[in-house]
Amino acid sequence: MMRRFVLIAIPYLWLLALFLVPFAIVFKIALSDAAIARPPYFPQFDWVEGIGAFLAELDFENFVWLTEDDLYWKAYLSSLRIAFISTFLTLLVGYPMAYGMARAPEEWRPTLMMLVILPFWTSFLIRVYAWMGILSNEGLLNQFLIWTGLIDSPLTILNTNTAVYIGIVYTYFPFMILPIYSALERLDGSLIEAAEDLGCSRLQAFWLVTIPLSRAGIIAGCFLVFIPTLGEFVIPSLLGGSDTLMIGKVLWEEFFSNRDWPVASAVAVVLLLLLIVPIVLFQRNQQKQQEAEQ
Amino acid sequence: MTIPVFEPWNDPEAKPLIQFQNVTKRFGEFTAIDDLTLGIYEREFFALLGPSGCGKTTMMRMLAGFETPTDGKIYLSGQDIAPVPPNKRLVNMMFQSYALFPHLSIWDNIAFGLKRENKPKHDIEERVQEMLRLTRLEKFARRKPHQISGGQRQRVALARSLAKAPKLLLLDEPLGALDKKLRQDTQFELMDIQEKTGTTFVIVTHDQEEAMTVASRVAVMDNGKLVQVATPDRIYENPNSVYVADFIGDVNIIEGTAKPTGPDQYDITWKEGAEPLNVKSQNSFSDGQTCHLAIRPEKVTISADKPADADNAVQGRVLDIAYLGNISTYHVELPTGAVIKAQTANTRRIARRAFTWEDPVWLSWTATAGVLLAE
Ligand SMILES: Nc1ncnc2c1ncn2[C@@H]1O[C@H](COP(=O)(O)OP(=O)(O)OP(=O)(O)O)[C@@H](O)[C@H]1O
Ligand SMILES: [Mg+2]
Repeated sequence: MMRRFVLIAIPYLWLLALFLVPFAIVFKIALSDAAIARPPYFPQFDWVEGIGAFLAELDFENFVWLTEDDLYWKAYLSSLRIAFISTFLTLLVGYPMAYGMARAPEEWRPTLMMLVILPFWTSFLIRVYAWMGILSNEGLLNQFLIWTGLIDSPLTILNTNTAVYIGIVYTYFPFMILPIYSALERLDGSLIEAAEDLGCSRLQAFWLVTIPLSRAGIIAGCFLVFIPTLGEFVIPSLLGGSDTLMIGKVLWEEFFSNRDWPVASAVAVVLLLLLIVPIVLFQRNQQKQQEAEQ
Repeated sequence: MTIPVFEPWNDPEAKPLIQFQNVTKRFGEFTAIDDLTLGIYEREFFALLGPSGCGKTTMMRMLAGFETPTDGKIYLSGQDIAPVPPNKRLVNMMFQSYALFPHLSIWDNIAFGLKRENKPKHDIEERVQEMLRLTRLEKFARRKPHQISGGQRQRVALARSLAKAPKLLLLDEPLGALDKKLRQDTQFELMDIQEKTGTTFVIVTHDQEEAMTVASRVAVMDNGKLVQVATPDRIYENPNSVYVADFIGDVNIIEGTAKPTGPDQYDITWKEGAEPLNVKSQNSFSDGQTCHLAIRPEKVTISADKPADADNAVQGRVLDIAYLGNISTYHVELPTGAVIKAQTANTRRIARRAFTWEDPVWLSWTATAGVLLAE
């Protein structure tokens, strides 16, 4: 009984210490007012004046502010759009790769898997900087295109949304490939044969059998890409341009440029609330898949 | 009125529906099917029998289009089927592993092939319902394959392959997971379908009783080769080799040397100087040739006293009794150490059976009871 309690308690303590407590702190800051002080917000809890006076100073002003200035909801919408589009692009790139891996001869698969994971061995930041070198006007890509004669003057890719999409697809496609690959690898080849035997062409068999049976993998992969992309900061700020509006960037500017911690915290709280929806959906998908496998 | 006999294989005019012509299939170095030539006729119920790994499934997969022969050709209605993809062949296969679609309900599994034909919805529903009734799965139509038992899954696989009413049906161990009663019922259903629709069936089975019941002809395979292809009664009564005799049913094999004594008449000298056996055989043997006498236990009579005018009689001692309810098999040890099995119907209750362990008994059989085989 005790053992069970401890076993259950550990993950909850973990969650409490590393998620709920920080969240409570951030939420509290979001309810405060900006101040030229250290730390730069007010009120601070004071034992002398007591908890009542402290709570009285808290209000939802910052959240109201988020609705008043259209920068914020535009940034949220734009982030959602960029996250959707890049998730879709990642799926387009990732599915064929996962399919190819699952169909490759068995002795090759560990090597292919290794190649997919290999980029993680170098720092994410360095890899994004490398993309700057590739995509810039004098970069490798433009040099190559000019050398082949396809274009005369360099294309502007860096500091546009295109560069952001390239960066996101590149960074996150392993998260797309792995769950899809594991679903496809488990797929019993005789099911495809059975479909063909019953009159399906190759393409029909793919649509009617392969896709539905890898659906859980597709959904998992999409969430694994969508969720971190929504709040992505490094890629849009390094590869994106001035017109790339993402909430991660806005958050960063509120925090470090404006030093308006309360508004930055309010932005973060709303972002988190936005993320709860896909996270819950993702959990459901995983649970359903586990049930189906039993 | 005479019932016309169905024996197209004896008719030199008849063209087989399926013709294997010197078909060889290799997987790398391994030869799964070895230079096989065989004709299967329309409306046949053709059973493939053989030990595990002898190439039965491989043969079916070549017919369904999932494997291509390494050598040789397969003809369906006189046409080489090598270039025809599986979905264009008028052949349906029931997979040994069932291969049910896990994401579809039982109903949708059965309807899968019908939907590909763009049939009207109403026809599909009717046909699926008919298949569900036939395989007694009505109650499970809405369930997913992982929610039903192994035997039920096997029936779904059967229903799915039957649904399209193809010209040729390939059933890879269709009834193995069913209980005996349901298996027998389904066997008769299959024979009924075959009679009504004229579908040609090729069926793999490990159950020789099943092969005997349903098949018009039986092929016994070994190591990718056909050992014998014949009607069930010929396979049983006239096996062409010790292998077939041994594979189908219970049999005593007595090794000896032949000595012709008259037309089709031989004396067989066997084990350590026991009296020569008197055997009649259509197969001819030369003097001194090694031969094997294959004789079924039910054709050996067991008695307490020496029978007066038996062609062959030997004395022994009951070593073991296998009681099977309706029949008993007596294992009788001869003085030379050889063991011969004799089978009798249990017409009396077990407490009153005539012989028991260690009893001295006589075994006897007629000159025509066994088959004399070279190898
Ligand atoms: N894809 C393959 N690659 C290599 N060897 C194979 C392949 N498919 C079958 N074999 C081999 O060919 C032989 C015949 O296989 P097959 O599946 O036809 O046997 P079977 O007669 O159906 O046996 P069972 O009664 O156990 O189902 C086996 O020895 C098997 O190992
Ligand atoms: Mg098999």
